[in-house]
Amino acid sequence: MMAFVALLRRDLLLAVRRRGDLANPLIFFVMVTSIFPLALGGDPRLLAAVAPGVVWVAALLAALMSMDALFREDFADGSLEQMLLSPCPHSVLVGARVLAHWLVAGLPLVLLAPLLALLLNLPVEAMPALLLSLLLGTPVLSLVGAIGVALTVGLRRGGMLLALLMLPLYIPVLIFGAGAVEHAASGLPWTAPILFLAAMLALAVTLAPPAAAAALRITMGE
Amino acid sequence: MMLRYLHEWGSPPVFYQRAGRWQRVLWTLAALLILAGLWGGLVLAPADYEQGQVYRIIYIHVPAAWVAMFAYVVMAVTGAIGLIWRLKVAEVITSAGARTGASFTILALATGAIWGQPTWGTWWVWDARLTSVLVLLFLYLGFIALENAIEDRRNAARACAILALVGLVNIPIIHFSVYWWNTLHQGPTVARLSAPAIHITMLVPLLLMALGSMLFYAGALLSWGRALMLERERSSRWAAREAGV
Amino acid sequence: MEAIQEFFSMGGRGVYVWSAYAVFAGVIVFNVLAPLLRRRQALRLVARQQRRRETLAERTGAASGRVPD
Repeated sequence: MMAFVALLRRDLLLAVRRRGDLANPLIFFVMVTSIFPLALGGDPRLLAAVAPGVVWVAALLAALMSMDALFREDFADGSLEQMLLSPCPHSVLVGARVLAHWLVAGLPLVLLAPLLALLLNLPVEAMPALLLSLLLGTPVLSLVGAIGVALTVGLRRGGMLLALLMLPLYIPVLIFGAGAVEHAASGLPWTAPILFLAAMLALAVTLAPPAAAAALRITMGE
Repeated sequence: MMLRYLHEWGSPPVFYQRAGRWQRVLWTLAALLILAGLWGGLVLAPADYEQGQVYRIIYIHVPAAWVAMFAYVVMAVTGAIGLIWRLKVAEVITSAGARTGASFTILALATGAIWGQPTWGTWWVWDARLTSVLVLLFLYLGFIALENAIEDRRNAARACAILALVGLVNIPIIHFSVYWWNTLHQGPTVARLSAPAIHITMLVPLLLMALGSMLFYAGALLSWGRALMLERERSSRWAAREAGV
Repeated sequence: MEAIQEFFSMGGRGVYVWSAYAVFAGVIVFNVLAPLLRRRQALRLVARQQRRRETLAERTGAASGRVPD
């Protein structure tokens, strides 16, 4: 527990010191979202119809792009090896790292999403569903993504590979996330997909950190 | 006795030789079953009264889809065995499973599309079953991409095993989510591919083809496994012996 | 003769049925040939490696031809 808090504090401090990197996923999110009206035309009704899917896809891609940085610097400066040598359970350390990463890269995405959804003409009634689905869904993306990052850490051109490995696994999150928003936008009850997302989050919190830790031990050559 | 026999399979040279023998047995049986199934399915079975002759694609489409899904489970299980007991044979079989599994997944998708054109009037329908097979193909491709990206064979096998296990945990979730998504976006109503009460003259060839495809897959697993094992063990004495020097 | 023609035409849907079966045959052939060729290649590689080692051993005058690498 102590190690968890210590690592979390260290990572957050480091993130605050490097503020420039923090903005990148957000800018990417904004840019991807604004590409869609340019490609599809500005018809407000059409945009409102595709908004739940577009916002979710853009958030998913932004989260995926930011995952790359999860272990990169620690790998480069050798502190990842130090982490694996520590007596503390590795899954706890991975958990702290993922939480820190989500706080600096995932949470801002969630907070920015309603603004982008307005640009796409998403009905205001759907905003709670959008916020809640992203709030539950993006941590799942970070947790599952951590396994992929752990598997590809240290590989050249790891970014593209990471996307190939992770996108199929992200499909359920995307389906339930966009589904919840879509239900809400068309006035249907949307608790069921939110509950599925919550269940997936519970599953990911318990299973992903040990899997990512095992993957790290393998790619770091034990 | 039995245990000792199984234990010997773990040794690369023994695996190489026994796999060669078993592969021939499996492929012979597979050939007989598939030929019988083709005869039954293409010649003896009557035409479907709704779809006419084109339904005969079922005899390869459904077995291919079964093998594709079964192969992923086998791949994850052998991956786990390789991960836990560090068995080279299990690692090699896992890697072999990805190749065979991916080829059968492509077969299932291709035959599904070819069947879709005359029955639905379109090559592709985003229906739940086709979509989950497509995602299955993505999982296989991810596995192969990761394997190719890691230089060290040992590390590649272990990393891929983790990926296969993560995929296995995800498959039921993906499957469920895709079905849920399909009810949400009720597209064009799609005719069920297989009639619920299939006639016995159609069922028997289908089962023969399915069993034949399974046995062929098992033989292909061994055949790929032998090739990959030889590559891995290329500087060992037994490999030199097999190469005849 | 007519029966054979009818068999191949598959009620006018022969193109679909037979192209599906052709893909099936393709997958079978791939899974038979690809591992076979790959194993042959590996065998050649092993043989070449072994010969190189033997000539190397002769030149250096070592007693054994098999040097662990």
